[in-house]
Order: sequence, then C-alpha cells, then structure tokens
Amino acid sequence: MIVSIASGKGGTGKTTVAVNMALSLKDTQLLDCDVEEPNAHLLLNPKINETRSVYVPVPRVNEELCDHCGKCSEFCERNAFFVSSEKILFFPELCNSCGGCVIVCPRKAITEEKRKIGTIKTGIARNVDLVYGELEVGEPMAVPIIREVKKHIESHKTTIIDSPPGTSCPVIESVYESDFCILVTEPTPFGLHDLKITVQVMEEMKVPCGVVVNRAGIGDRKLYDYCKDEGVSILLEIPFQRRIAELYSRGVPFSLEMPEWRTKFQTLFEEIKKRVNK
Amino acid sequence: MENQISDALRRNKEAGEQVKQVTVLSGKGGTGKTTLTASFAALASNIVVADCDVDAPDLHLLLQPQIMETQEFRGFKLAVIDKTKCIECGLCRDACRFDAIKDVFEVDTVLCEGCGVCVVVCPEKAIDLKERISGYAFISRTRYGTMSHARLKPSEATSGKLVTLVRQNASRIAEKENCELVLIDGPPGIGCPVIAAVTGVDVGLVVTEPTMSGIHDLERALQLLNHFHIQPLVCINMYDINRRNTEKIVQSCHENGVEVCGKIPFDPIVTEAMVAGKTIIEYSPQSAVSRGMETVWKGVLSALKK
Repeated sequence: MIVSIASGKGGTGKTTVAVNMALSLKDTQLLDCDVEEPNAHLLLNPKINETRSVYVPVPRVNEELCDHCGKCSEFCERNAFFVSSEKILFFPELCNSCGGCVIVCPRKAITEEKRKIGTIKTGIARNVDLVYGELEVGEPMAVPIIREVKKHIESHKTTIIDSPPGTSCPVIESVYESDFCILVTEPTPFGLHDLKITVQVMEEMKVPCGVVVNRAGIGDRKLYDYCKDEGVSILLEIPFQRRIAELYSRGVPFSLEMPEWRTKFQTLFEEIKKRVNK
Repeated sequence: MENQISDALRRNKEAGEQVKQVTVLSGKGGTGKTTLTASFAALASNIVVADCDVDAPDLHLLLQPQIMETQEFRGFKLAVIDKTKCIECGLCRDACRFDAIKDVFEVDTVLCEGCGVCVVVCPEKAIDLKERISGYAFISRTRYGTMSHARLKPSEATSGKLVTLVRQNASRIAEKENCELVLIDGPPGIGCPVIAAVTGVDVGLVVTEPTMSGIHDLERALQLLNHFHIQPLVCINMYDINRRNTEKIVQSCHENGVEVCGKIPFDPIVTEAMVAGKTIIEYSPQSAVSRGMETVWKGVLSALKK
C-alpha cells in the first residue's frame, strides 16, 4: 500500500507525520520526494548504503551540421532554443528532456548527452528503509528526480511518500498512484486556505484523502467547520506542545521519546487501511 | 552626437531610477515568509508587493486585496488525440518520455507535459496541442499599495512561468507608479518557481528557524542565492524555540560572511493576528515580534543601499 503525505502550505508537519508513522509500523519504506529540501534523513539519521546520480538527457547541437533552419526552436514548447541566421543557442535550464528536437532536426545535427541534476540516496534507519533525492542547487526540475525516487517502491512493503509542499507538478508526481493521501495542516487561516486547494488537487487526481491536524489548539475552529461541511475526515490531531516542537528542533522524532504516540500512528494507519480496502 | 548624449543620459537616469527588488525566501516551508512579507508591506512606503507563491498563495489573507485587473494565464499546452483519425499504431506511446499516452490511446492529463513529441511522430496527424487556461494573474489594490498576485489552478504545472508573469506585472506597475521597491513573497523550496522568484533581484532575505531542518534548508537556500549571484541576508524566526541552534546559525552565517539582520521571538500573538486577518504590525505594534520585524526590515533597507 502506498500512502503519501502532502500539504499545500509548507512547514505544517508533513515530514514529522511521515517519519513518526514510518517508525511506528513494520516493513516500511519511506520515500522522501521533497527533493528540493529533503529533511526526513535529518530526523532518521540513516546509514547510507548507496548514492547514485540522476541524469537527464539534454540536446547537444553539432554546429557543423546545423544550418540554422530553426525547426528545433519552432518545435520546442519550452523555448529552450534560440536560432538566428548565424547562430544557435540552447538554454539547458528550460529543457524538459522530451527529445523532440532530435526528431525534428532535418540535418540530424542534434544528439543527446546526459546532464546530472541530482542524487538519490538509499539507507536504513531502525526499521525503516529510506530513499531520498536531492536536487542540485541551481537546477529547476525536481520531477525527474521524484520519478527516480519512486522507482524504489516495493509492492510488498508499506510505502510512505513524503511529498514537497505546494499543489503543482512536483506534488502531483509524488502523490500520483498513491492509495491514500494524508493532508497535514494546522488550524490557522493559512493552513485552512491551503488545505482547501490541496483537497481540490486530490479530487482531481482521484486519490482518497484525510486530514491530520498538527499544532491543534492554536488558531481558530474554522478548519474543523470546513472539514465537517465538506465531509473531509480528520484522522488524527497532534496538539501544539512545546516538548514536541523542541524535540523536532533537535531533529528527534517525537514518537521515540513519547512512545504512546506509536500506538496513535498505528491506529491512524489501520484506519487508512480500512478506508482503502472499502 | 546630441542624440548620443541624451541617450546616454536617459540610460543613466533609468539605471539610477531602476526599481529595486527583494525576495523573501526560506527553502523550508512554514518559517514565516508570508507573515514577514505582510509586515514589511505595513512598514514600507511606496512599494509594490508580489505574492510569488502561486501554488499556495496566502498573502492575500493578510492584505485583503481588491482585484482591479484579472489576466488569464496560459501555461503549457496539452496533447489531444482525435479518435476518428487515430489508427492506434503506438508510435506516440513509444516516443512519449512521460508515459502520458495510455494503452487506450488517450492522453493522461496529469502526466502530459505538452511537449508535442506525439504530434510530430503521429503519421495520421491525429494529435494536436491545445492551449488551456492554467491560472489567473491579478493586479489589486491593498491598504499598503498595489499588489501583484496569481492563482495557479490546482494540479497545474508551470508555476515558474506564472511567477515570472507576477514579477513582470509588479515591475510594470512599480515603474508606472514610481515605486522604489518590489517586495516579493517567494515560494518554498529551491526549484523552478523559486529560481523564477529570485533571478535578478537585489537582495534575497532567507527566513529560517532554529531547527535541524531549518538549518539544512537555509544552507541550500544560501547556495541558491550564491549560484545566482544575489546578495543574501538572513533572519531567524522563532529564535527562542532553540537558542543553541540559533547560536549555530549566527556562527555559521558569520563564518560565511552572510549578515544575520535580525531575530524574531516565538509568540502565539502571530497566529492571533493571522486569525484577525491583520499584519502583526497593525495587531500588536509594541510586541517584541513587531520590533524584531522592524529591525529585520531596516536591515533589508540598508542592504539595498549597498
């Protein structure tokens, strides 16, 4: 079963929920798909077994063969080519590696070479297999790395996916084909506003979802009214406690120090299982 | 000759009067970017505010903009297969690198990146790229001046492109209204939308928090600014949650020649202000949080003069 953890707003506690849930279950793998700012490893301190580079194909123009016909730039929806009568320029950061320019070039002047955009690390921490990606600083495209991270999904295990914040392509790629998505939010106007958008994304992707309220007790009650009115289930509440915040600041998963929470995360997972099997 | 001189003069004048730009970023989400940006808007005068977190924009919740102008935003296109022409040869499926052509020869709208490879390889000309509205950009009036913002439709791609549009709108208004500064609320992360939000700005203010994740993400955000040759500034929000980590951040910034321009304490009053739909500067001007934010803002202004 694949359970992903998402939230429109950043810093609501996705990684906290993902890590503590993974630590509370058996046979779990945790895939950290927030490849722009991966954090799960900071809480888990895994022993890294393997480090691998991620490459994407990018075009390389043979200037001797190129006659500046402009077919590549005409084709490229990302505007990664600029062609004038005497020169051709390629902007790799705009390229999404579709390979179309190679196909449309009538003089076969374009071939592909690989370019490193990030790294995948796999390791083990306690009972959890961890896989995480890291986008190279300055590289814009997170999605190809997320795809690589997700190739590590093992169907006989419980897979927990920690998604990046937001509602656009990296989130979609992370949550795609999940059996269930936990939406982590906080009971504040920002939390509620971004939750509403994320619920719409899940509806569009047809992924069933439920809410975990983090920092319960702060803010107001509007989040609860919304969930009730829209029929969105609240699966768990994590209260705002100085102790939890302080453990997090030191990089300690709070369920390790507060073992009663392991049972709560197990119950949360059982509830999700029931919903998925329905 | 006269023309050349007046041209040079005009260029000089333009350079001197060029609108400055500051982006508030963080790497890690939830460190307080939007709360700070809104407070800066309250403290500043003669600025245009731009909310460049187009995935999950929140600034409007504090600034309550009145929309004056709405623009349709067209992002990437989407492939559409004409079933009456399709002979199911499978060439498109083989050529698509995003696995977006399903076995039944329909386009998976989630996976399609609108690149057009399928259009090129289809022998029957059965596939077209169709434009679609991916979101909206707005120009609005707020009690602190004009605001440029946007809303990406849920689950759309191309947030980087929309960020660029929001910034273009902001710069255009700033010039028209003779504003001195564009204040940009950035998205979390370090990828495409963040790059679009920081390229070419004068100062990048990184808001961090004294947690292990905050420290890790601050480092990557600073590397990003360095990569694009942008002057960095750091402020530590909720610094008293873990004073030892705060010390570490100050120390490491000092060693790397990065200025820490202020520290803001943790206070539930920030959430109260948010619930009230106000900036903390309006809600509780005398609070330690407000004073901390004033110090940070002064730091930003003096960095801009450098």
